[in-house]
Amino acid sequence: MNETARPGAGREEILSLEGVSLWLSGREILHEVSFSLHSGELTGLIGSNGAGKTTIFKVILGLETPTAGKVLFSGEARPRRNRSIGYVPQSIGLDPDVPLRARDLVALGLDGDRYGIPLPSRGRRQRVDEMLQAVDAQGFADTRVGKLSGGELQRTLIAHALIAEPRLLLLDEPLANLDITSEQEVVGLLASIAKARAIAVLISAHEMNPLLPVMDRVVYVASGRAASGSTEEVVREDVLSALYGHHVDVLHVNGRILVVAGKDEVHHTGPESEHTAVPRGLG
Amino acid sequence: MFSGFMANAWIVATMVAVVAGVVGFFTVLRGSAFVAHAVPQAGFAGAAGASLIGVSTLAGLGTFAVISAVAIGLLARRGRHDAVTALALVFMLGLGALFLSWSEEYASAIYALLFGEVLGVSTNQVLATAVLAVVCIAAVVVLYRPLLSASVIPEVAVARGARVHRMEMCFLVVVALVTTMSVPVVGALLMFSLMVGAPGAARSFADRPWSALGLSVVISVVIVWIAIAASYETDWPVGFFVGVLGAVFFIAGRCWVAWRGSGARGARRPGRLAARPVQLASTAGIGGEQI
Ligand SMILES: Nc1ncnc2c1ncn2[C@@H]1O[C@H](COP(=O)(O)OP(=O)(O)OP(=O)(O)O)[C@@H](O)[C@H]1O
Ligand SMILES: [Mg+2]
Repeated sequence: MNETARPGAGREEILSLEGVSLWLSGREILHEVSFSLHSGELTGLIGSNGAGKTTIFKVILGLETPTAGKVLFSGEARPRRNRSIGYVPQSIGLDPDVPLRARDLVALGLDGDRYGIPLPSRGRRQRVDEMLQAVDAQGFADTRVGKLSGGELQRTLIAHALIAEPRLLLLDEPLANLDITSEQEVVGLLASIAKARAIAVLISAHEMNPLLPVMDRVVYVASGRAASGSTEEVVREDVLSALYGHHVDVLHVNGRILVVAGKDEVHHTGPESEHTAVPRGLG
Repeated sequence: MFSGFMANAWIVATMVAVVAGVVGFFTVLRGSAFVAHAVPQAGFAGAAGASLIGVSTLAGLGTFAVISAVAIGLLARRGRHDAVTALALVFMLGLGALFLSWSEEYASAIYALLFGEVLGVSTNQVLATAVLAVVCIAAVVVLYRPLLSASVIPEVAVARGARVHRMEMCFLVVVALVTTMSVPVVGALLMFSLMVGAPGAARSFADRPWSALGLSVVISVVIVWIAIAASYETDWPVGFFVGVLGAVFFIAGRCWVAWRGSGARGARRPGRLAARPVQLASTAGIGGEQI
């Protein structure tokens, strides 16, 4: 990974949530969530199922309005149409027969919100090709989107989001359906995108270990409450115990971090995550 | 078979086919084939009602088609369309049956509304059809990209600030207008088969949105032309030929996909699956390379 552009130098605040609370159907889904995202940084939004990760994305995207608190985009309220936020959802349902190739989907990212029919232009084609190359998607650029594998579709959607040149890229569980090799590839790709394009990247995951090597910051969510900061600041027994409202142990095993609740219930790691991730500056 | 009243038939039917091909492309893309069934049925009920009270059937048809399309869009605002569409369908069929039972000129007029009377098109109808055709195609051209985004990746389009629901309402109104122009010509039942058969077949043959759209129009026009010629020669109903040809093209498309799938692309899958265990075994090494 690129180790030169660490947080500190020249980073700019892109998004901040200030004390965001959200009530839905008489339930408090988010409770005073505050964090900020900076250009060139990759932030992990970590939490177990139902913690509120997708809901935080919806709030950022303006699809849910906070009951209290503020969402500021470069210090201002976000406009309704916002091309500076790219979004890759947790899952999309695609019909296998949709007559749309990966490159057509990427092209829709460029101007899919414009009226009228697109005129074929060399510049447009070139930008799509460049984008496909940036996410290493040339191999399946002419395959129908419905036939792409999970990882291929993931990369196509990332290209779709990036081609509009957003300043903030949100990815909801991008690693959920990937095998370990693809997982490492996607994580590496996103980290280099964040640095090279100086955009803020927010990735949600229920498992933080795959993100440890590249994560600049972490936002840890548990039942609608969040703690944010560097991994060292957040993934600690006192902070997480306060967040969960009961005692949790944070174990450093072989370069991985396990968050263990109460007796022997393991929270964020399962037997499927038998891989090594190398943490930065831990222990 | 190209002179006099037949000339009108050719012109009107070609316009209907082109528009059905264009709008049908989006109908199939959005998975709204069922809507394309319900709206023409509503139009049929409207036309039956209009002939009962002695006003223009075209007006009755259009009014009911638009009302039902908007109602489906509003009621199905959140979640799935199918139950709401089915409800609209049975409600309108029931209403149509009631109007028919009150009406005197039972058989032939109704038969025409369901199966069309392309061989008996008047010059006035040609004009009305042309106007509606231009409106529908213009709407699709303007909405093309946002509608494509909203249809294929609605979650992402919404996040970008697209008004997906408004797009859907516009599209439903276009379906209602297409219905209005087509039902008097090809009938309520066959309108449906044109709007689903041709685009359904086209997307099996073409990979890209534009070529699929173009091919959809071509197939639709071919179906209608063959149907008219065959109907003229045999005296069998146009609708029969439209329905059969729609199915034939659709099945041909499926066969093409199956044939192609058994060739080049099929070989790719087993190789990837076999690669998985190897990847798992070497993960420790991959993790180490990350620093
Ligand atoms: N519209 C809603 N009305 C009521 N409750 C909701 C609504 N949307 C979400 N919730 C609840 O909010 C909580 C957080 O949901 P969210 O989808 O944000 O979880 P998540 O962290 O993304 O989980 P996962 O990892 O399973 O995707 C869940 O308990 C969910 O049931
Ligand atoms: Mg989620």
